[in-house]
Amino acid sequence: MLMNFALNLDGAFSALADPTRRAILARLAKGEATVSELADPFDMTQPAISQHLKVLEEAGLISQRAEGTKRPRRLERAGIEAMDEWLAMLRKGLEKSYERLDDVLAAMEKPKKEKRR
Amino acid sequence: MSKSTLNKMTLETEGETHVIVTRRFAASPEAVYRAHTDPKLIQQWLLGPEGWVMPVCIYEGRPGGKIRYEWTKVDGSKGFFITGEILEMGPEHRIVHVERMHIPDPTPDNQVETRFDKDGAGTLMTMRMTLPDVQTRAMMLASGMERGMEASYVRLEGMI
Repeated sequence: MLMNFALNLDGAFSALADPTRRAILARLAKGEATVSELADPFDMTQPAISQHLKVLEEAGLISQRAEGTKRPRRLERAGIEAMDEWLAMLRKGLEKSYERLDDVLAAMEKPKKEKRR
Repeated sequence: MSKSTLNKMTLETEGETHVIVTRRFAASPEAVYRAHTDPKLIQQWLLGPEGWVMPVCIYEGRPGGKIRYEWTKVDGSKGFFITGEILEMGPEHRIVHVERMHIPDPTPDNQVETRFDKDGAGTLMTMRMTLPDVQTRAMMLASGMERGMEASYVRLEGMI
């Protein structure tokens, strides 16, 4: 399960490597928007924006719905939350490792002290 | 002060590409350094969340030496691995290495400098990562987000 999780997240993090895509997410955080609404502030063509949207969608970070001829995009909360959880897991994993290291270090000290006696 | 306060880990971003982790240990820099460079010791603690083991641990403790950590779930179901190379060791208790995670495609190299400084009777470990862009920039997500992602933002802030 962790593997699948990691694989999906790999796409999510890659998707976020681009500043335009991060800005698109920031815009969508305020509410859904159409491609032309998204293209406006970026001084980019609609096909260029569509390409970015495709990457975000494949990464599970946004989704689209049909509304007549329009296809407004919105944030996919599950994808965003998965990233949050992954970061929390990283941190927790690291903390857990260092707690174990405390024990390893304590065990390393003991034989040394006994020898000195 | 309680042990947990003394030994609290910190994890912070620095600039655009760095993450700094610090942690104090109640042991000498020599001991903490050894626990980071002896594969038999690494195998005992570098296990992350509960339920994982490291059946393969290669750590060639010299400049140019190879690193390979393989983790699997306790029940033997599949896991993932990290490979890396050591760039510098010393002077004193300092290590610089690069590593990448294979999940299964390798992530971009993460360069890590780890220092072990004397801190009273113990050691202050400082790990400075120069992160692969993707992750660092993912952290940037937090600061780029507004309103709709406030919950996420707050959580990220707390974490990083």
